[in-house]
Amino acid sequence: MKYLEEKIFKIVMVFSLFLTLAPLVLIILVSVIKGGSVLLKTPETIIQSPGPRYLLGGEGGFLHAILGSMYLVVPATIIASLFAVTVSLFLQSDYCNKKFSNIIRILLDILWGTPSIIFGVFILIILIFTHQRGCLMAGIAALTLLEIPIITRYADEAIQSVPKEIRENAYSMGLTKYETTKIVCKYSISGIIAGILIGLGRGIGDAATVIFTTGAGSTMPGGLLQSATALPVVIFQQANSFYPSVRNHAYAAAFILILIILVLNVTTRLFQKKFSKYITGE
Amino acid sequence: MPNRLKIRIFKDLVSTKVMFLCAAVVILLFILIMIMLIAKSSFVISEKSIWELLFSSKWDPENYIFGFFPAVVGTLAVTVFSMVIAIPVSLLSAVLIAEYTPQRWEKILSSFIDVLAGIPSVVFGLCALLYLAPFISTITEKLLNIETTGMNILTASITLSIMVFPIIISLTIESLQAVPVELREVSLSLGATKWQTVKKTLFRAAGPGIISAVLLGFGRAFGETMAVAMIIGNKNQIPGSIFSAGQTLPSLIVSSFGEMMSIPIQQSALIFVALTLFIIVTVTNTIAKIINTKLANKWRY
Amino acid sequence: MNGTSAIKIRNLSITYKNHEKQQFSAIKNITLDIPKNKITMIIGPSGCGKTTLLKSLNRLHEINDNVRVTGNLRISGEDIYHPRHLVPELRRRVGLIHQKPTPLPFSIWKNVAYGLKVHNNINHEELNMRIRQSLEKVHLWDEVKDRLDLPAADLSLGQQQRLSIARAIAVGPEILLCDEVTSSLDPISSHKVEDLLISLSREFTIVMVTHVLRQVKRLADYVIFIYMGKIIECGTTEQFLKNPENELTKNYINGTIS
Repeated sequence: MKYLEEKIFKIVMVFSLFLTLAPLVLIILVSVIKGGSVLLKTPETIIQSPGPRYLLGGEGGFLHAILGSMYLVVPATIIASLFAVTVSLFLQSDYCNKKFSNIIRILLDILWGTPSIIFGVFILIILIFTHQRGCLMAGIAALTLLEIPIITRYADEAIQSVPKEIRENAYSMGLTKYETTKIVCKYSISGIIAGILIGLGRGIGDAATVIFTTGAGSTMPGGLLQSATALPVVIFQQANSFYPSVRNHAYAAAFILILIILVLNVTTRLFQKKFSKYITGE
Repeated sequence: MPNRLKIRIFKDLVSTKVMFLCAAVVILLFILIMIMLIAKSSFVISEKSIWELLFSSKWDPENYIFGFFPAVVGTLAVTVFSMVIAIPVSLLSAVLIAEYTPQRWEKILSSFIDVLAGIPSVVFGLCALLYLAPFISTITEKLLNIETTGMNILTASITLSIMVFPIIISLTIESLQAVPVELREVSLSLGATKWQTVKKTLFRAAGPGIISAVLLGFGRAFGETMAVAMIIGNKNQIPGSIFSAGQTLPSLIVSSFGEMMSIPIQQSALIFVALTLFIIVTVTNTIAKIINTKLANKWRY
Repeated sequence: MNGTSAIKIRNLSITYKNHEKQQFSAIKNITLDIPKNKITMIIGPSGCGKTTLLKSLNRLHEINDNVRVTGNLRISGEDIYHPRHLVPELRRRVGLIHQKPTPLPFSIWKNVAYGLKVHNNINHEELNMRIRQSLEKVHLWDEVKDRLDLPAADLSLGQQQRLSIARAIAVGPEILLCDEVTSSLDPISSHKVEDLLISLSREFTIVMVTHVLRQVKRLADYVIFIYMGKIIECGTTEQFLKNPENELTKNYINGTIS
């Protein structure tokens, strides 16, 4: 009867939670141990650029991927954040009516749910049309497209939870929409930053966009119009390699990625905590 | 009008226009993506029928024969199996965290779930490759006497389900927490047990949110590219069982990328696959929104 | 008090931890008897533990792990805080009606059926019969009999509150706990609910929390005045209103403290 049902389901629930958390622990352990051990044994891999015959077990580290990741993600996140925050500010009721904001929100939801590979293919098509080869700039464009819906969603939430009294007070003091919006922005800034960090984390781990747009070269990143690669691409390409030294790079890259993600996660938490303190009125 | 006021109003006007432009760009972006995908797919669509592309299994790119059906089957198989695992596990975990654990535990557990959500798909692929695949391979050989490399539909499904857990869990927890505590009190004071309250009342009250969570998870499982590409075996065949290697639509795009991008019609074929994906995602998302609104209305409290 | 006691409370204390983790004593060592099949009203200023006291009578406070109850509570002779005591069964016998009308996210029919289905395997005919009986007792049957399948959330607040009462009595309780059940309602609906409670008190023991003195005059057989977690005075309504012994009670009645 119902008491038995309750007991059974409690056990099943705990088991389910275990199934959820165990992989997390395992993945982090695996990346840290395997990747960490590679880095301990051969720490030069992260500061060396790849040599000739790199993918064939040749010399060199994957500094090109580390730099590539940075050159891709940082500009992409900056552009995406500016755009995303602007759009989410626009979605407030002071600026646009319900119908319009609903349409934009639905489209953003669709874009949020699109697999990243589609953004890669989209930019690729533009490259084909303009007879360009894969380059850094294309990668930045694709990552920007990927990050915009993500950052907008979190920024939107943050801005919507600003109590309407703040806005009403500002207007009744005679402030313009722009000035009021600046205040709203300040109020929701921690939530917005949390969103930016989440977008950043997503962007740095994405391989599909980069492969299609930046090429996956084995050379150091040159200029905006040259090919480059990124850490997740390294993992994808080199995980299954025949050569152990090449495989090791994949593990080390995984370690670095996980480390970055964990740091971002902790920082995001701190910002979200700061944000919620603000709202519950401390 | 005093100068200062003029400047303020000017800033106001300009900023409003800029914001409007950005918002319009969002709409344009969506339309542009759709158009470009259609434009580039039109080549292959004009040469071969859509039916042939999606439902034939003959795969001979060099002779311009593209049958994506194996990839379609693979996508369905992997998505369905991963959801079959993910839905019960996620919902039960979410209920445990939201309803059965004390407040401070809920925050800690949610943070762990968030970390899982942030792990890049290539890292999932790597770990699945290194450990899950050999593990599955050994188990199936020992228990079922089936030979498999471990790079198959089953491994891909399990990996996908793990990737989907955090999405469903965090959104379900949110939906459950949004239900006012009075509803729980009413159910409990009528003499229901906690689980009965969850089963009968909370799932219904939080229903629209939970269904959205599941659909979102479904979307992720459906579109996941890298991890699947790393462990599904990349064989363009209709999988005979969950222990066979196969292909999904996204993994097909990635793995055929190098070879197939040189010749226009092959390019076009791959882009057609991307278009199919995009359309399915758009349709699923829109249907999800409609279901959400309808259910929220039907199950109102 | 005369007559049999439905509830015997001995040395009950309730403490809870607030946000800053400080212990706050809501109810301090009270002892009282609640008589059977009468309306007992608990009054006192807001925030002094009345609702918590009410919820401790069907152990509903336990959904919040910050609340601790010590002391002895017996209902029809049974110690309800005994570890072996089955809480869902207790809650069937002691129903609670909230201040804010809270329909469950179901149809009207299903709302009333909810408690019945939770407790037993009951066949459809008997289910229908019990639902009709409960709705008739709260004078709601004629108003809703043609729309039993429509969402309960569409009813007016007054109807929703009567539905909550029907829902609670459908499972056959002995005691009904009412937490300021008319404070969300307009005067006409309030009046209807008050009449309802008077008629129900023949069948059920009713313990009601209120801060409306008018209701005390109209409904109560016995009154208990609680201030800052302690019982200041208790007795029959007449005694209480005409001859209050305590100074605080006098002040409360004539509105000096509220």
